[in-house]
Amino acid sequence: MSQSTPAVKTVEQREQVVILFAGDSGDGIQLTGSQFTENNALFGNDVSTFPNFPAEIRAPQGTLAGVSGFQLHFGSVELYTPGDQCDVLVVMNAAALKANLAKLKQGGIIIANADGFDTKNLRLAGYPEAANPIADGSLQNYVLHTMDVTKMTRAALEGTPLGMKEKDRCKNMFVLGFINWMYSRTLERTEGFIRRKFAKRPDLLEANIKVLQAGYNYGDTSETFTTRYEVLPAPMPKGTYRNITGNQGTALGLVAAARKAGLDLFYGSYPITPASDILHELSRHKNFGVKTFQAEDEIAAICSAIGASYGGALGVTASSGPGIALKTEAMGLAVMLEIPLVIVNVQRGGPSTGLPTKTEQADLWQAVFGRNGEAPIPVLAASSPTDCFEVVYEAARIAVEHMTPVIFLSDGYIANGAEPWRFPQAQDLQPITPPFAQPRTDADAGPFLPYARDEKGVRPWAVPGMKGLQHRIGGIEKEDGTGNISYDPKNHERMVGLRAEKVRRIADSLPPMDLAHGPESGDLLIIGWGSTFGAIRTATLELLEEGHSVSHLHIRYLFPFRKELGTILKRFKRVLVPEMNSGQLRQLLRAEFLVDAQGLNKIQGLPFTSTEIRQRAEQELQLINAHTA
Amino acid sequence: MTTANEVVNGAGAPKVSYASDQEVRWCPGCGDYSILKQVETVLKEKGRPKEEIVFISGIGCSSRFPYYLDTYGMHSIHGRAPAIVSGLRSVRPDLSVWMITGDGDALSIGGNHLIHLLRRNVNVNVLLFNNEIYGLTKGQYSPTSPEGAVTRSTPMGSVDHPFNPLALCKGADATFIARGMDRDVKHLREMLLRADAHRGTSLLEIYQNCNVFNDGAFEVFTEKATKAANTLFVEHGQPLVYAGGTRGIKLDGFTPVAVDLTDGTHSVNDLWVHDERDSFKASLLVRIFDDPRKEGALPRPFGVFFVADRPTHEAKLNAQMALAREQKGEGDLDALLRGEQTWTIA
Repeated sequence: MSQSTPAVKTVEQREQVVILFAGDSGDGIQLTGSQFTENNALFGNDVSTFPNFPAEIRAPQGTLAGVSGFQLHFGSVELYTPGDQCDVLVVMNAAALKANLAKLKQGGIIIANADGFDTKNLRLAGYPEAANPIADGSLQNYVLHTMDVTKMTRAALEGTPLGMKEKDRCKNMFVLGFINWMYSRTLERTEGFIRRKFAKRPDLLEANIKVLQAGYNYGDTSETFTTRYEVLPAPMPKGTYRNITGNQGTALGLVAAARKAGLDLFYGSYPITPASDILHELSRHKNFGVKTFQAEDEIAAICSAIGASYGGALGVTASSGPGIALKTEAMGLAVMLEIPLVIVNVQRGGPSTGLPTKTEQADLWQAVFGRNGEAPIPVLAASSPTDCFEVVYEAARIAVEHMTPVIFLSDGYIANGAEPWRFPQAQDLQPITPPFAQPRTDADAGPFLPYARDEKGVRPWAVPGMKGLQHRIGGIEKEDGTGNISYDPKNHERMVGLRAEKVRRIADSLPPMDLAHGPESGDLLIIGWGSTFGAIRTATLELLEEGHSVSHLHIRYLFPFRKELGTILKRFKRVLVPEMNSGQLRQLLRAEFLVDAQGLNKIQGLPFTSTEIRQRAEQELQLINAHTA
Repeated sequence: MTTANEVVNGAGAPKVSYASDQEVRWCPGCGDYSILKQVETVLKEKGRPKEEIVFISGIGCSSRFPYYLDTYGMHSIHGRAPAIVSGLRSVRPDLSVWMITGDGDALSIGGNHLIHLLRRNVNVNVLLFNNEIYGLTKGQYSPTSPEGAVTRSTPMGSVDHPFNPLALCKGADATFIARGMDRDVKHLREMLLRADAHRGTSLLEIYQNCNVFNDGAFEVFTEKATKAANTLFVEHGQPLVYAGGTRGIKLDGFTPVAVDLTDGTHSVNDLWVHDERDSFKASLLVRIFDDPRKEGALPRPFGVFFVADRPTHEAKLNAQMALAREQKGEGDLDALLRGEQTWTIA
């Protein structure tokens, strides 16, 4: 450690900061970002994150294609998005700078790893001969700090038995230590994390902590850095919080729902980005009665879940668009069988393989319409990482209580993004009551009717092993009541109607629909669904602050629509629907309610910024004003 | 935990009918009738309560089977019965589960699921009705139709090489492999009992005559005049003899050779003695698959080819579940929701 007296540092307060960590996909960027996020969340900041990484596991080093990024928004105020533009850009190499400079605010801070700007890296990033942004003055509109991360990491590990490669893998800890210093955080929690992670490798444990501290001390002793920042805790609602990603929220919501329903959870799945983390999470919770099954393909994944539900468990399958396409036929079977099933679609860019690691919400029509015959399935969407818990829980409740497959839509943005979660108590979760059939005795008269319906149109759940309830079901059209095969034309029409009516009636039992923000009626209504929530909310709040008549409605139940939706739409002069697709919800709204909804559409594999929504909303407001003037 | 195989018929239990109230609707003369009757007989004999039995099928003529039994049943979608069985079994190791499938269902559209069912060794009795034709779609060739088969979709003869179903199953490490036929009901009944007694995936291929689209496909094996010379009924511990004891199979290195037991050149002592626990020999046995129309063809084997003890998928899965509970205790939902690190805003 340096013996010199630390330079005098000033501390400035910031209300909110957006910081983007970027480097090669092998640089440990995601770990650095998520660890700094946890530290800020535990300190009491509100946080919102956006990990953005290439589809390749190890894309060619140093190239633009290989850049991995982790954007973190943290603040002493409530936050709803990972931020439109960055205050700080941390780059491990030239490619990371080139790929992300446009996201940095004018005057923003760049922290650059000097070793990543050697001739080779500059060439790989495609900078012209002799140009070096960190040396040629081209970044004069920003505050540029360079540091030799590699050199200082190696120096910190001098004398340890680690090889050069292993030493260099600790680079990200130097950055993490430094950033923690810069934002006046302590290292305790991160050190605890390292101890757990490397419990079996004491040499790596020690090395990582050494480098982490070296990065922190570098901030303290280096004379280059004279200012530290402080972001105070956010005034969030009282309660106990944890940090959670959308995929974690989905996994926990499923465990909670099964537990509250008194059922075992069976999760059949085939690995696919960005849904696999749900499988990883659930496979750790076997002591909750969670059985995970990595099937041979997507079709087997859903069919195994159907088999488990048939056996009396809560069957769940998950995938992303291409995998959901493969599950389509089996979804139709689940509709015919009328058994509980939750189908999770963590959407990504499509069509076909599309953009596996990028986000999109273009599978709405697939969810609502994508089956042969008339096969209505309720569709619900989550709006944020924490909402994933609530909505998948609700999806499971509907599946069990209404004996139907249910599609739950998430997307890559909220699946990988994280935010603080004021987690509920198990006892406060809504009860879930499976409509189990009553076993019969020989004294019961007449045959068991597997397709007799209650007042909600729901059939009883008769599970193998229940005495006297033996029955046969299948994908062929069934006779009303008995479930026997029937080709009777009138019976088919009646059954199509009964299945549709059962799904329609789900909306009857839901609590009334509320606007997220803004007046009950007025000029402009912005309607969103899914992960656009944060950006729409931020834009709406800003416009309301400026005195505009703008309201925000976010749709959780995409099929069937809530009854009151039509009347809400009619209370506004104009309706704007921002979507990360070409207008799928907009078409559904126009078809169902004959409303002249306008679209704001972005299909770039990236979430909306609040500025994009705000600007489009302002255009709409101008049109309204021009019309009324 | 009880499994299907452990349940013993209560002696003197009243003989109940396992037939459902549904009219059986296969074509008159179809081989499926005989198989249904033998399955019913076996269920009666075992006497397991009807509500503890589940039949899962895919799509095809044979897959209508579950409707005709008064047990739990699911007539699912084409080729996917193995996957449905795998999920059901994972959560319900207590039931007796049977899977009904055909050559198209199991080996064509569902081929992928079948091999994975076998490698996982899910405890289920798989009855693979092989009629070497697509019946329900009215007469196209199937993955077991012989090369050159003239069908509605192959007017000039099939150019596809057929599967040898049992060799495929052996390749997928099946733990029980057997073959029977619809016309030999006594042997079929025995095969069904053996399949049901095995813990793991019991793969029983049943040659089944489709008298409408592929009549007589197996008649050389089933008809009195030709049966003896063309079939080989293997029994554990017994030499491979056929043709009324006049002929046998010996192993010449790794090559099975048919020998005459009447001309003094060979005796029973020279023959291959069947050992259903011998995996390597079973791999040879399933390969005896000659076209009976060809000169010098070896007889087609029937019986239990191979049996191995390997823990079932669900047994291993449930052992992990038990271990997790032992190590971590029964899951506490509040602790799970709380996670490892929290902070409180007062």
